[in-house]
Amino acid sequence: MLSFVLSRILQSFIVMIGVSLVAFSLFTYVGDPISNLVGIQTSDEKREQLRESLGLNEPAPVQFVNFLGRVSQFDFGISYQQKRKVSSIIAERLPATLELSFVSALLALLIGVPAGIYTALNRDSWVSHLMLSASLIGVSLPTFLIGIMLIFVFAVQIQILPSFGRGEVVQLGFWSTGFLTASGLKALIMPSITLALFQMTLIMRLVRSEMLEVLRADYIKFARARGLSDRMVHFGYALMNTLVPVITITGLQLGSIIAFAIITETVFQWPGLGLMFIQAINEVDIPVMSTYLLLIACFFVIINLVVDLLYYFVDPRLRIKQGQ
Amino acid sequence: MTKKTKFFGALAIAFCVSAAATPLQAKVFRYAFQGDVASMDPYALAENFSSAFHQNVYEPLVRYDANLKIEPSLAVSWENINPTTWRFKLRQGVKYHNGNAFNADDVVFSFKRGKAEGADMGSFTGGIVEARKVDEYTVDIITKAPNPILLNTIAPFYMMDKEWAEANGAVQPVNLAKKVENFATLNSNGTGPFKLKSREPGVKTVLTINNDWWDKANQNFNVTEVVFTPIGSAATRTAALLSGELDMMFPAPVQDVKRINASGVATVLQGPEVRTIFLGMDQERDELLYSNVKGKNPLRDKRVRQAIYQAIDVGAIKSKVMRGTSIPAGLLVAPELSGFDASLNDRLPYDPAKAKALLAEAGYPDGLEIQLDCPNNRYVNDEQICQAVTAMVAKAGIKMTLLAQPKSKFFQKLKKHDISMYLLGWTADDQDVGSVIAHLMVPPKDGGLAWNGGGYGNARITELSGMIGSEIDPKKRQAMISEALKIVKDDIGYIPLHQQPLSWGVRKGVTLKQRGDNALNYWYININ
Repeated sequence: MLSFVLSRILQSFIVMIGVSLVAFSLFTYVGDPISNLVGIQTSDEKREQLRESLGLNEPAPVQFVNFLGRVSQFDFGISYQQKRKVSSIIAERLPATLELSFVSALLALLIGVPAGIYTALNRDSWVSHLMLSASLIGVSLPTFLIGIMLIFVFAVQIQILPSFGRGEVVQLGFWSTGFLTASGLKALIMPSITLALFQMTLIMRLVRSEMLEVLRADYIKFARARGLSDRMVHFGYALMNTLVPVITITGLQLGSIIAFAIITETVFQWPGLGLMFIQAINEVDIPVMSTYLLLIACFFVIINLVVDLLYYFVDPRLRIKQGQ
Repeated sequence: MTKKTKFFGALAIAFCVSAAATPLQAKVFRYAFQGDVASMDPYALAENFSSAFHQNVYEPLVRYDANLKIEPSLAVSWENINPTTWRFKLRQGVKYHNGNAFNADDVVFSFKRGKAEGADMGSFTGGIVEARKVDEYTVDIITKAPNPILLNTIAPFYMMDKEWAEANGAVQPVNLAKKVENFATLNSNGTGPFKLKSREPGVKTVLTINNDWWDKANQNFNVTEVVFTPIGSAATRTAALLSGELDMMFPAPVQDVKRINASGVATVLQGPEVRTIFLGMDQERDELLYSNVKGKNPLRDKRVRQAIYQAIDVGAIKSKVMRGTSIPAGLLVAPELSGFDASLNDRLPYDPAKAKALLAEAGYPDGLEIQLDCPNNRYVNDEQICQAVTAMVAKAGIKMTLLAQPKSKFFQKLKKHDISMYLLGWTADDQDVGSVIAHLMVPPKDGGLAWNGGGYGNARITELSGMIGSEIDPKKRQAMISEALKIVKDDIGYIPLHQQPLSWGVRKGVTLKQRGDNALNYWYININ
């Protein structure tokens, strides 16, 4: 068990360094940060001076090594654009993204899993057909379109939900939460639905197909032959056995919810990490971009680790194999 | 004083005021722009939007009025005591938001801070040697050379409080290389009509009225609080305006103008921006970098430049791409800039047949190929304009391949002159034609700036540009400016296209003034 965890952590480190290398080599293609750092009429000498003082004239490998050196001391630098510490900017923005992602993931699970079970158990009912057709919309429509449509209907036409922002937030220490105010909760509705829709349909279809698969298995037949109730068969046997792949996918999706919140956050002007990243790209704010990418890589790595450990508890076969 | 007593104290004051005068009502003005203010520190970035924002909090010695004319602000009067020395009499009794008095020491300090490393005020303070205190309310500003437009130059330069900066460790602006944060980045202390209440970068900035503002003549606004939110997505900006969550937003996307006007809840206020959009052409190389013509530079031939000019139907760009909102231009400068000459603002007619003939005459009867570089997130419909140009010149036999990129990539390429043809927009920070001439019409080999991406030059303009920079007599200066503008026009050194529209979506019931440099002054806002 311990060696398993340690080897995963070691792998994670290699992944992180790989990600930062890729991220760093991308930055040479995003354009010149200086042109966003000074006004249009600032003299060329001043620009050159600034470039020199920021170390942008160094060859890319040197810049990369310097960057790794600073990051290993948890020094993420100062945002070119905001002129503040990147770490404090991220700390400000993180709660917004995590709250949005959490609510979305919860929505996706709470609706996706039961819907998947229902459509698997009642394959031919018209409700199932309706749900399946509706889920096609969730899979095929791009996020920004769903967001804009929701805004158009609920903010512009009916005017019951805000079209942008997070509403009033309450500061609990370093954490700003929108859960405690009415406007904060209202502001959460549309972005979280937009973000959850894809995952919801994905989970629903996954649960459904896994469940159908399992229901055909021999041990289900034996369970029925033993005269167990439908309820026991469906939820005690079938559902438990569909959960392993669902956990994997859900876990990985949680990472992508956080990462792909970018589009949703841009549409709803949700002040989270995704919006910060988009703003940073526009302004070629390299310290912010690199820290964001590292953080997202870190999320993915941690989530993968947790998912692997969860397997351990859900699937007894893994434990037996390790025990041998 | 505890919070509670403070609250009741405020309540009591509010009660007294409302009892004494007309009931005081909080009028909140909520607006959005596509980006955020760079910093609360007015010296951090010389960029239009940030500079315009700071005008509501900080004040300069002289300022622009709603029509971009200079008027007194923190200085009440000024005179030239010799060609390089300007004496300013300061306004007395002005207080900063923290209660400190404004005086000559603050002016001296501000100019020092504006020239410090980390400040991006070079285009305003670069020509100034120093500010010198004469007495408590008199300051001399010493310029390196006689400067006819000093007032324009310092109008976007705001006065900070020496004592406040010293007390909070903000004597110097943030220097990125040193990696330390600065108090002034998130806090402010100006003399202007509004003071900062809260600041969340990239999220929300709230300002409240400064009831002690000295400018009693400009007190006919009723806004008491301003909430500014940056909203990057144009569709969301429009939706937020239509749903009543915003009182004003800009820029309103030109494709949404009709919809906003038809909504009944908001209208789009449009006016010409002082920025001119034009095409530049490489005239400094012997062979173009991006063309199929080898061994020579076709753009050095005036006939080719004229052919491109006359192959472009600027009227069609106006009606199709800009939906009727642009103003076709014959010069590289807008009518609002001082030094503009209306008699020169006519355009060569659109004439594709003539263009073809000119090309044949220049030795390209079968046409030629050139790459056109274009930003895609800088100006109103910039990429679409380039697409239209590409399609139009194709009819005359010129095959332009379009490379549209984000501004950070585009500007990088332009400043290296790694470019053959490009689209650019330009205005003057000091609202004066002189700086446009210096930036765009003097080639780098004559000491010009990198912004002249095609290296256009004319010996006479170079000579004139130097003289314009130091000619004090307005009449003589105007004659020089007009001469330079005529030369570049006759040379077809650039192909001017249009002034793009300012487009502000304003909720019904809100009145405000739209300044040609896209600045929003809160002290002109009234909400019913």
